Amino acid sequence: MLKRVAIKGAMALAVSAALISGVQAADTIKIGSFLAVTGPASFLGDPELKTLQMYVDKINAEGGLLGKQVELVHYDTAGNAQKARTFVKRLIESDNVDLIVGGSTSGATLAVIPLVESAKVPFISLAGAVAIVDPVKKWVFKTPHTDRMAAEKIFEDMKSRGFKKVALISGTGGFGRSGRAQATQVIGKYGLELVADETYGPKDTDMTAQLTKIKSTAGVDAILNFGFGQGPAIVTKNYKQLGIDLPLYQSHGVASKKFIELAGNASEGVRLPAAALLLAEQLPDSSAQKPVVVKYKTEYEQKYNSEVSTFGGHAYDGLMLAVNAIKKAGSTDKEKVRAAIESTKNYVGTGGVVNMSAEDHLGLDLSAFKILEIRNGDWTLVK
Amino acid sequence: MFEKLNSPRTGGLLALILAVLILPLFFQNTFHYDVAIHVAISATVAISLNLLVGYAGQISLGHAGFFGVGAYSSAILTGWDFGWSPITAMLVASLAVGVLALVVSGPILRLKGHYLAMATLGLGIIIAIVITTEDWLTGGPDGLSVEPLTIFGLSPQGEAQWYWVFCVVLIASVWLSLNLIDSPVGRAMRAVHGSEVAAQVAGVDTTYFKTLIFVMSAMFASLMGSLSAHYSGFVTPDIAGFHHSIELITMVVLGGMASVFGAITGAVILTLLPQMLTGLEDWEMVIFGLILMLTMIFMPKGLVPTLLTKFRRGEA
Repeated sequence: MLKRVAIKGAMALAVSAALISGVQAADTIKIGSFLAVTGPASFLGDPELKTLQMYVDKINAEGGLLGKQVELVHYDTAGNAQKARTFVKRLIESDNVDLIVGGSTSGATLAVIPLVESAKVPFISLAGAVAIVDPVKKWVFKTPHTDRMAAEKIFEDMKSRGFKKVALISGTGGFGRSGRAQATQVIGKYGLELVADETYGPKDTDMTAQLTKIKSTAGVDAILNFGFGQGPAIVTKNYKQLGIDLPLYQSHGVASKKFIELAGNASEGVRLPAAALLLAEQLPDSSAQKPVVVKYKTEYEQKYNSEVSTFGGHAYDGLMLAVNAIKKAGSTDKEKVRAAIESTKNYVGTGGVVNMSAEDHLGLDLSAFKILEIRNGDWTLVK
Repeated sequence: MFEKLNSPRTGGLLALILAVLILPLFFQNTFHYDVAIHVAISATVAISLNLLVGYAGQISLGHAGFFGVGAYSSAILTGWDFGWSPITAMLVASLAVGVLALVVSGPILRLKGHYLAMATLGLGIIIAIVITTEDWLTGGPDGLSVEPLTIFGLSPQGEAQWYWVFCVVLIASVWLSLNLIDSPVGRAMRAVHGSEVAAQVAGVDTTYFKTLIFVMSAMFASLMGSLSAHYSGFVTPDIAGFHHSIELITMVVLGGMASVFGAITGAVILTLLPQMLTGLEDWEMVIFGLILMLTMIFMPKGLVPTLLTKFRRGEA
């Protein structure tokens, strides 16, 4: 009996020793990632992971970074914030990653911020909420435009068209709620007035009741829908069925071809703010972003044979910011890399031109957003 | 002496204490501690759920709801709006959950089988919806951060210290449950499970015992919710969600109903397995489902009871 215990103990020790030495022997640059590849937010996580894998392979094929190979350590959170916490702990403590690029949803990102802050690991988030970078956290950066910017861009367009009264309909999921809060906060700045405020659940299949109410509200000039997933497509269809002839605006949450597919010809004439990536070839030649977005679009669509989305673009930007920062820092020293990310200037990405500073860990301004209109089942730039 | 060691009350408890003491020797980093802590949290909730499901024969698919109420109450009451001490908040939350469980147990526990499962499921989902939508209070889908725990001026720092906190709670709950099962209350509960009518005829106040165990179990879940909220420092509506309820009930069924150590085994497997399978990427869910299915087909009573019977038969 005792002998057996002794043997088992010795084996366990040997195994753990092997594990420890294995970790130390590998000399790679480790980029950690946690994304919602499965589950309700998989339309975010899936293109994000594909993008990261594709470009990490590409970097390695081209000789790596600082002469070392780059290793992508990825875990699937299925959109669950509690899982995200465990996986980030694993990335930091067990995998000893040099930097983290990930967090598809705002909930998952916000849940892990205390962990990366206390572990002092640079973290580039791919989630939307403005709360991630406002107030600024020392180790946290993000690439996607915020919901506040989307609301501002939409209201700017509404104002330029001479609209006064806006009806809002939003989803009760994280994205819709946060968008609604930002929209109600900034609407006053543009001299617009909110005359209706309706909501729908993330799994609702019919929004006719809410839209009928909006239709019967007096004096509405335009309708704004904040949400992502299937909700906005249903809103658009119902809007068409009810024969509402007010302009309909969607948020950047629908900026993928999936939305046009789902909503069908009801989506004709819908306007939304989105990154330049969706336009790609349609961009004017003078645009600094054109070569970057066309290149990413072609490479992604060639490799995966599916339409590019802005979400994958956020991952591309995140990875490139990280790569540039590591090059600039000349090492993977966490404090140096963090400082290098913070001093990013004039980085041209799929989301816009990024200029970070100690006060701004996003670095995008409103010009990063374009207002698009859906015409003949495709995106068209509104000038 | 050996007879005693073979019983779960002494032998099992000693084995558990030994395992808890030896395990940290194999931990290399705080991530390992973190996983162990998650196992301990789930195991403790599963044990309390097992009292209800395995011994009293009442199904609850809403336990994550109670867990969530505990977690969120602690988060809100210790937050800057109220600034209560964590212990007070925890106890008040647990009492509130107890009252809630008591109120709903009246109509709910009249139901049986699928209807009972559906009613508790509904309760859990209502709690989850309230937590998600009342964002002025709960922070909505983005969650809420939680103040650190302080007990009489002491505050557990880091995973290693939290590990001991949760292990003490786990061992205490195992000890309590084992004693409860062997007490008159436990015998009454098992009688209810066997046949409610027979139990009534034998003079057992079935309604009283069913309510008692339901309330107790809910309060336990709430306490663990509070503790885990303080540990992770952040709560999101996921913890009160339907999936979490299902996960808890799966732990009980997989490990073995009516077995305290079965609940612990279930918690260990369901927490460790996803972490171990994560390297398989796309196959993770398939393999995970396959393992669960095979276990249920070949060991319908759950792991621990089936293995124990085999072991005992082999001995005799």
